[in-house]
Amino acid sequence: MEWASQLCENRGLGSKMTDSKYFTTTKKGEIFELKAELNSDKKEKKKEAVKKVIASMTVGKDVSALFPDVVNCMQTDNLELKKLVYLYLMNYAKSQPDMAIMAVNTFVKDCEDPNPLIRALAVRTMGCIRVDKITEYLCEPLRKCLKDEDPYVRKTAAVCVAKLHDINAQLVEDQGFLDTLKDLISDSNPMVVANAVAALSEIAESHPNSNLLDLNPQTINKLLTALNECTEWGQIFILDCLANYTPRDDRESQSICERVTPRLSHANSAVVLSAVKVLMKFMEMLPKDLDYYGTLLKKLAPPLVTLLSAEPELQYVALRNINLIVQKRPEILKHEMKVFFVKYNDPIYVKLEKLDIMIRLASQANIAQVLAELKEYATEVDVDFVRKAVRAIGRCAIKVEQSAERCVSTLLDLIQTKVNYVVQEAIVVIKDIFRKYPNKYESVIATLCENLDSLDEPEARAAMIWIVGEYAERIDNADELLESFLEGFHDESTQVQLQLLTAIVKLFLKKPTETQELVQQVLSLATQDSDNPDLRDRGYIYWRLLSTDPVAAKEVVLAEKPLISEETDLIEPTLLEELICHIGTLASVYHKPPSAFVEGSRGVQHKRLPARTGSGEGAESPDVGQSGPSEAPPAVIPSQGDLLGDLLNLDLAPPTATVPSVQPSMQMGAMDLLGGGLDSLLGGDIGGSPSMGAGLGAAPAAMPAALGGAPAVGGGLGDLFDLGGGVGMPTGSYVAPKTVWLPAMKAKGLEISGTFARRGGIIQMDMSLNNKAMSVMTDFAIQFNRNSFGLAPAGPLQVLTPLSPNQTIDVSLPLSVNGPVMKMEPLNNLQVAVKNNIDVFYFSCQYPLSLLFVEDGKMERQVFLATWKDIPNDNEAQFQIKDIHLNSDAASNKLQGSNIFTIAKRTVEGQDMLYQSVKLTNGIWILAEMRIQTGNPNYTLSIKCRAPEVAQFVYQCYELVLKN
Amino acid sequence: MIHSLFLINNAGDLFLEKHWKSVVSRSVCDYFFEAREKAVEPDNVPPVIRTPHHYLINIYREKIFFVSVIQTEVPPLFVIEFLHRVAETFQDYFGECSETTIKDNMVIVYELLEEMLDNGFPLATESNILKELIRPPTILRSMVNTITGSSNVGDTLPTGQLSTIPWRRAGVKYTNNEAYFDVVEEIDAILDKSGTTVFAEIQGVIDACVKLSGMPDLTLSFMNPRLLDDVSFHPCVRYKRWESERVISFIPPDGNFQLMSYHISAQNLVAIPIYVKQNISFFETGPSGRLDITVGPKQTMGKTVECLVVTVHMPKVVLSASLNATQGTYNYDPVTKILVWDIGKLNPQKLPNLKGSLSLQSGAPKPEENPSLNIDLKIQQLAISGLKVNRLDMYGEKYKPFKGVKYVTKAGKFQVRT
Repeated sequence: MEWASQLCENRGLGSKMTDSKYFTTTKKGEIFELKAELNSDKKEKKKEAVKKVIASMTVGKDVSALFPDVVNCMQTDNLELKKLVYLYLMNYAKSQPDMAIMAVNTFVKDCEDPNPLIRALAVRTMGCIRVDKITEYLCEPLRKCLKDEDPYVRKTAAVCVAKLHDINAQLVEDQGFLDTLKDLISDSNPMVVANAVAALSEIAESHPNSNLLDLNPQTINKLLTALNECTEWGQIFILDCLANYTPRDDRESQSICERVTPRLSHANSAVVLSAVKVLMKFMEMLPKDLDYYGTLLKKLAPPLVTLLSAEPELQYVALRNINLIVQKRPEILKHEMKVFFVKYNDPIYVKLEKLDIMIRLASQANIAQVLAELKEYATEVDVDFVRKAVRAIGRCAIKVEQSAERCVSTLLDLIQTKVNYVVQEAIVVIKDIFRKYPNKYESVIATLCENLDSLDEPEARAAMIWIVGEYAERIDNADELLESFLEGFHDESTQVQLQLLTAIVKLFLKKPTETQELVQQVLSLATQDSDNPDLRDRGYIYWRLLSTDPVAAKEVVLAEKPLISEETDLIEPTLLEELICHIGTLASVYHKPPSAFVEGSRGVQHKRLPARTGSGEGAESPDVGQSGPSEAPPAVIPSQGDLLGDLLNLDLAPPTATVPSVQPSMQMGAMDLLGGGLDSLLGGDIGGSPSMGAGLGAAPAAMPAALGGAPAVGGGLGDLFDLGGGVGMPTGSYVAPKTVWLPAMKAKGLEISGTFARRGGIIQMDMSLNNKAMSVMTDFAIQFNRNSFGLAPAGPLQVLTPLSPNQTIDVSLPLSVNGPVMKMEPLNNLQVAVKNNIDVFYFSCQYPLSLLFVEDGKMERQVFLATWKDIPNDNEAQFQIKDIHLNSDAASNKLQGSNIFTIAKRTVEGQDMLYQSVKLTNGIWILAEMRIQTGNPNYTLSIKCRAPEVAQFVYQCYELVLKN
Repeated sequence: MIHSLFLINNAGDLFLEKHWKSVVSRSVCDYFFEAREKAVEPDNVPPVIRTPHHYLINIYREKIFFVSVIQTEVPPLFVIEFLHRVAETFQDYFGECSETTIKDNMVIVYELLEEMLDNGFPLATESNILKELIRPPTILRSMVNTITGSSNVGDTLPTGQLSTIPWRRAGVKYTNNEAYFDVVEEIDAILDKSGTTVFAEIQGVIDACVKLSGMPDLTLSFMNPRLLDDVSFHPCVRYKRWESERVISFIPPDGNFQLMSYHISAQNLVAIPIYVKQNISFFETGPSGRLDITVGPKQTMGKTVECLVVTVHMPKVVLSASLNATQGTYNYDPVTKILVWDIGKLNPQKLPNLKGSLSLQSGAPKPEENPSLNIDLKIQQLAISGLKVNRLDMYGEKYKPFKGVKYVTKAGKFQVRT
C-alpha cells in the first residue's frame, strides 16, 4: 500500500512528516519518474507528484519539461491540487506559451465558479501568467470580476488590472479598465478601495502625466474613510496617495491632518512614516499661530522616537528620514537628543546615521552631553565610526561657538592618545576650527607639529601643511617643517602638492629673507618637474605674481579668507522640500530626488511643498519655532570644502585685469541661476583677484561694487523678481502690495519684501523679513545709500527677536528726509544695505514719489496762478492717463488722499479742468492741470515744475492712485 | 512593488527564490554578496543596496538573509515590515524560522508566500487568515492527511478578509474561555563609568493570548494610563476611545498577538534595578590586565533580580582570562573575545563578584578601546515603569472568561561603559 509505505518512512524519520521527502532523488532520472506519477490514475499519487514538482521548482531546478503533464492535472475539484498547479503555471507559462493556452479554458471556467475563492484565485493566477497570447482571453473574465458581487473578487481583480497593464498597457487602456479601476475608488468596501488605489498608483508611476489619480475633495473624503477600515498595507497605499494631494486651503489641510494623526500610533512603522509624510507636507499650509499647528508638532515627536526602538533595518530607514525632518523642522526633535545616542551593539549603518543627527541637533543647551558622548565614541573599536566621531567633535566646535574651546581641548586629548587615525582626523578638523575662529586657538599648533611624522593620509598632511603655511609667522621652524615635506614632493598626492606649494609661497611672503631658496625650489618642482597641469599652472601664476608685483602677490595669497559655514552637508532647500514630499521612499533613503535614480519612472513629477494659503501671515507670534537662544555665529560660505575657498581664489582669478564693474554683475547673473552655492566663488574670487585691489579685499565688499558700478544690472534683476514692483503708490488708504526686494537666493536665505507708505505724515518702509535659511538670524541693521531726497532711517531697524528658520517678521521702519542727498538715476531709486549676523546684503528698490507729497501742499489760488505763469513753458510736460472711469470729483477726492490737492475746477465745453498742486518734502512745488472729458476715459495731465525731472514720477503717482 | 524574494543562509547559499512578477535572475544577488563580504559581520549588511537595475532590501533574521528585489519606487519600510512579517509567519507555522524548517516545509512555504503577496501587493498577512487558508503542519494532521487524502489547504473563503475586522475569524469556539495579558518591559540604558545614567528608556509591550468564543468586545483599563504618552496599537484597538477615555477597547484577534507597544523616555520614570562596580585595566608593562566586577541591587522595588548575565566584549589582544567568580560561572571565548558571566539570581546579602587577571598577546600595545559591559536580567511580577492593569471587561458575549495579567521586566540594550 502506498500510504502504508509512506507511513513507515515517516516513522523512520522520527515520525516527522516533512516536505524534504520530495527532494529524494532516484538514480533513474527524476523527470521520467515524475512524469509517470503525474499521469497516474490515483488522485493521491498525482498530488504528491505535483508537490514534488513544486519543491524542485522552488529550489531552482528546471522542471519545465513536465508542463503538459502538470497542466493536465488542473481540471480538478481539489483546491490544493488546483493551487499547486497554478503555482507551477505562473512559473513556467512564459517559457511554454503555446502550452499555456491549453490552460485558458479552465481559467475562464473557474472565473464563473460559484465559489468566490475560486473566482478570485483564477483571475489572480491568470494575471500572473505573463504571456501575451493569454492576455486577450483574460479581458472578459476580468471585466466580470471587476464588477463581481463579492468584494474579495473585486479587490483581487483590481490588482489584476495592474498586472495586465504591466504586460500590455495598450490593451488595458483600450478595454477601458482604467476607468473601471477609478470607479472602484468609490467602492463600498475599504479593501477594494485600498487595492484600487494601489493598482492606480503603480500604473501612474509608468504614466507620470496621465492624471489617473485625479484627487478632489470627494475622493479624498472617500480615501480618508477607507483609511480607518482597511488593512495596514492598504493604509500605506492610501496615505502615499493622499500625500500627492494639495488641499485648497488651510482648513481642508487641517481637517485631513486631524484624520491622519491617529495613524501615528499604528504598530506598522511604514504606516507611521507615511502618515508623517502627509503631516509634514500639509503642515506647511497651516498658519503657524494656529493652536493646532503646535499640537501637531508635539504629536510628531513620539512616533519618530518609537521607530528607533524597532529592528535595526527599520531604524536605518527611519534615521535617514529623520535626518530630513530635522533639517526641515528642527523644533520637532530638539528635546530628543538622547534617543540618538549610539549603543554598543548597534549595526554600523545605524551608528553612523545617529551620529549625523546628533550633530544636527547639537545646540548650546545640550552640547556638553553631546561632547561627552562623542568623546566616548572616539575610543570605540570600529575605525570608520571613530573617525566620524572625531569629525563630529570638530563640527560641534564650528556649530556651537560656546563649545569651541571645550571641543578643541577634547581634540587635543584625543591627539594625545597617539592612535594614528584619530590624530589624523583631529588635525583635519582642527584646521576647520582655525578657519572658523581665526586667532583664537593657535596655541595648539605646537602640539599639532609634534605629530607631523605620524601623518600618512593625504587629507591630514594637506591640513597640517595648510596650518603651517597659514601661521608661518608664529612657527619658528616653519621653513624646516615645510622643507621636510618637500623632500618627497613627487610621491605626494596632488592635494598635498598644491597645498605645499601655496604654503611655501605664503611662508615666503611672510618671511622673505630666509626662505628664498625654498620657494624657488618648490616653484621649480611644480613648474618643471611635474606633469600635473593644475600644479604647473598654479606654480606659474605664483611665479609670475612674485616676480612682477610682490605687493599684489601678497594681496592674492594672503587675502583674508571668507569664514566657513556652521553646518556642513546641509541639503539644499529646494531639494529638501522635494525630499520631504517623498518621506518614506527610496529617494528619502538616498537623499536624492526620485528622478535621479528610479528606473522605470519616466519623467517623475517634481513634488513641492504646498505654499501656505489663508490669512494671518503677518500675525505670527514670534515665539513659534524658535530654536532656543542659540546664536548663530557668523557664517559665510555654505560649502564644505574649506580648502576650496583657498584654491578657488587662485584658480579662478583671471590673471589679467578686467573692469571691476562688469565682472561682479555677470556673476550676479550666474548666482541667480545657480543659487547660493556660488557665493563662495564670488567671495573668494573677488577677495583674491588681483584686479580688484585691496579696496575690495573682503568678500562682503563684492556687492557694493555691483551696485555702485552697475546699478542698471541690479535694477534689471530686481525687475525679474518683482514684476512691476517698486512703484507701488501708498495713499491715505492704499498701499502697494509688498514686492520682493531681496530674493533669498541672493542673501543666503534672507528674503526681504516690502513697500512704502505714508501714514499721517510719517514715511514708513514696511518690510517682511523671511528667513529661508537653516540657521537663526540675528543682529539686523539697515542703512541707505545717499539718495535724491535724503531719505534715511529715522531709527534703528527693530527686529527684537532672532529670526528662526522659516519665520517671517514684519517691521515698519520710519524714515526721515534729513539724510544726505545725492541725485540718483532713476530719481526715486533707493539703495539699501541690510546687515545681519551672517553677512551684509545690498538691494535697490524704487519708492513712489507720492511718499514725499506733504500734507500742506495746497497752494493759494493766487499763488498758483502766479507760479504757473512763472514757470517757463519748456518745463511743462504732458501725459495721457488712460482708462480711468471716474468723474472729476471722484478723481479729485482720490488724489487728495495722496496729498495731491485740487485748488480749482473749471468746466469748459463738457471738459473738466482740475488745477492741482503738490509739495515735496524738500519744498519743491509741482503744479498740474488735469483735463477730463465726459465720456472719454483718457485724461490729459500737464505738469509744470521748476525741477522738470520729477514730472515723470509725479505722473506715475497719478496713474497709480487713480487706477487703484 | 515587491518583485522577488531570495532566502540566503549565513554561508551564502541561496536556498529559496520566489518571484511575484517576472523572474529576476538570481545573479542579482551578486550585489548582495558583495555587500555582505564588505560588511564582515552579517549584522552590518546595509538594509538597502542599490544595483544598476534593482534595489535589494534585506533583513537578517535567525541566520537567514531575506533579500527582496524591487524595481520601482516602493517605501523601503513597507518592504522591511513585510519581510519581518514573512519571518514571523514562518516562526508561527513551523515553531522556528530556520533554514532546516523552511527546507522541510518547502511546499507550505511556497503556498504561504503566494498567499501573502499578489503581484507584489500584500494580500493576507494576518496569521488568523493565513491559518484558515493554509493549515499549519502538525504531526497528527500530516498523518491523517496521508491516510485520508485530505489536504492542508482550506477551501473556505477567508471570511475575515472582508469584514471590517479582518484580524478575527468568525465562529470561534472554545470550551475554556480565557484571556491572558503579559506586560513586558525592557530597559534600554547606557550607564557611564561612574554609574551615572547617560540614557535610559523603557520599551514596553503588552502581549495577549486571547482564546474567547464568538465576538467578544474587550476593554482594558490601567490604574495609571498617564504613563503612556507614546503608544503603538494593534489595528484592532479603537484609537478614538483611547484618546478620549484612556482605555483600550478592542475586538481581539484569535490567539496570540501583540496588543500594544509603548515607550517611556522620561528619565525619572526609568528605575535602574542594579548597579555595577567595575574595574578593567591593562598594564603598561607586561602583557596582562586586571578585571574586577561586582553587581548589586539598586531600585528593584523589593523584587528579586533573576537570570543576571554580564557580557564583556574584550579588546582583540586579550588572549585568556583567569578569573574567580563568587557566584555563577564565567566563560571566555578567545575567538569571539566575549566574556560571559552567568550569575543567576542576585542575592543582596552576598553580592556576586568576578575578579582576576587577563593575559594579553605579548608584544601587542596596550589596547586603546574600553571594553563595554552588556547586562541581561529579568524581574518577575514587576513592570519597572509602575504600569498596572486596572481591569478587563468583556461585552458582547454572555459567558464568564478567565482573565490573567502577568508582569515581567527585562534588560533590553543595557550597557555599562568602562
